[in-house]
Amino acid sequence: MSETLYIQHFKDSSRGLDYYLKQMEGYTALKKAFKMTPDDIINEMKKSNVRGRGGAGFPTGMKWGFIPKQASKPKYLVCNADESEPGTFKDRDLMRYTPHLLIEGMVIGGFAIGAHVGYIYIRGEYTREAKLLDEAIDEAYAKGYLGKNIQGSGFDFDLTVHRGAGAYICGEETGLLNSLEGKRGEPRVKPPFPAQAGAFGGPTIVNNVETLTNVPFIINKGGDWFAKLGKLEKSGGTRLVSISGHVKKPGVYEINAGSMTIRQLIYDVAGGILDDRPLKAVIPGGSSAPVLTADEIDVIYDIEPLMKVGSMMGSAALMVVNDSYPIVRLIKRITKFYAHESCGQCTPCREGCRWMEDILHRIEHGHGKEQDLALLLDITDNIAGKTLCALGDAAAGPVASFVRKFRPDFEALIRGGRHAQVHH
Amino acid sequence: MAKILSTKFYDRMKKLEPRYPTKVALLLPALHAAQEEIGWLPPDVMEEIGAHIGIHPAQVREVASFYTMYNLKPVGKYHLKVCTNVACALRGAEGLVEHCEKKLGIRLGETTADRKFTLYEEECLGACGTAPAMMLNDDYHENLTTQKMDQILEKLS
Repeated sequence: MSETLYIQHFKDSSRGLDYYLKQMEGYTALKKAFKMTPDDIINEMKKSNVRGRGGAGFPTGMKWGFIPKQASKPKYLVCNADESEPGTFKDRDLMRYTPHLLIEGMVIGGFAIGAHVGYIYIRGEYTREAKLLDEAIDEAYAKGYLGKNIQGSGFDFDLTVHRGAGAYICGEETGLLNSLEGKRGEPRVKPPFPAQAGAFGGPTIVNNVETLTNVPFIINKGGDWFAKLGKLEKSGGTRLVSISGHVKKPGVYEINAGSMTIRQLIYDVAGGILDDRPLKAVIPGGSSAPVLTADEIDVIYDIEPLMKVGSMMGSAALMVVNDSYPIVRLIKRITKFYAHESCGQCTPCREGCRWMEDILHRIEHGHGKEQDLALLLDITDNIAGKTLCALGDAAAGPVASFVRKFRPDFEALIRGGRHAQVHH
Repeated sequence: MAKILSTKFYDRMKKLEPRYPTKVALLLPALHAAQEEIGWLPPDVMEEIGAHIGIHPAQVREVASFYTMYNLKPVGKYHLKVCTNVACALRGAEGLVEHCEKKLGIRLGETTADRKFTLYEEECLGACGTAPAMMLNDDYHENLTTQKMDQILEKLS
């Protein structure tokens, strides 16, 4: 039987401190962590093979290890709760149903890296979740799980919810830090990386919500136990997968990392394709992930297997598309998003995304030219890898993959005009 | 200059100030709190925020204009923001927008003459499992259909 950490608690009655203490061994990991050294905690994190759940998949223990022991400026732990990658909605559930898990994870994280101040940077639209987090934080302060001398440990930690205001780019960690500091959310030049100079110039760790909610489990049950929840060598734990689009049962599901193929997720977990129509495409890791065709879904749903087939797991947001939605319209919509969200600092991204959107728009409406597909691929080549942050790649990868994998759909519109039928 | 923002606003800022090592970090919370009171961010309100934080009004505007949630012009009493990103589009959001446009007699980005409704298109709201979704002022409405939308709009009319 597979063991799930979260999904059984995703209900409104789980939110309060009482439930957390009684049903989830709440704040016991914290007490255990206070008896460990920061190095022991970081080692346990390394052993757990937990990798960043926000999209990059970077090993969390290693990231924590980058924080210098001695620093002239205060250190910070920042939770990235921006959850802005289209298709992703798992962190919303974590915050509204298990907020104390996040708080406990952050106090332990703060203790491990030597930070006394933490922020939860939550996307502005999650007004309800921000309120619920504030309530949970108030509860934690009242019972001495936050604030001065937490549970008599001598360790102080303050935690504040900071709301974003509607900008995808603030999910990028240095854009997020600028936004936290009261600036435009434009990504910074790296280096320096946040671990050297992050929030307010101090050494900073930025971790995704799910990454941090894993921490209490890892401390309580051990890094080895957590690592074994994953079925592949490098990925520990379980994964919350957001499944959306044309499936019968969209929602958040929890699986052991690397334990299922995309086909199993679509048909066994999410109930199969909506209206029993043929499957046309799968976007496996949020809208930044290169698209897969219906023939490519027997791949194991985890970081390395998806990289091997030229896509990515990203934030574990699986978007399923049947044959009822025009494929060119779909990639136009995705590209419109990136054109809208480009912060405008880097020319290839600012100009390239808008240009791709224009070209896709004219193809969709039957005014495409023969050379447009080559032009699109050329533009993607001139964006990818040539920008400060990953937004450029996020826009270019999908366009290139759609053009390469669904060429007949584009060609039919270019040759036959907007009412062209595509035959496979 | 007489203050436009309430004492409640200033109390909130006072409470938040020790939470950050710099005063400029108060800018996003201040813009949110001001918009909650006024409904949008008129230039004199941005000026007042700048004066409180100790930055130039142009800097307030520079930051406010970066974020889509800050209204730099007035919006209607009911601000509908319908998500049309991938997951919502796959579940019929585009038809929903058309339906709203017809029903309200306005296009995307516009406000009705009686200042009651503003209709915006929204990027992903993080409610893809319950698509299509929209925000009505601060609240989410999910699993929308045209019938459900009609019911919501009728209650507001």
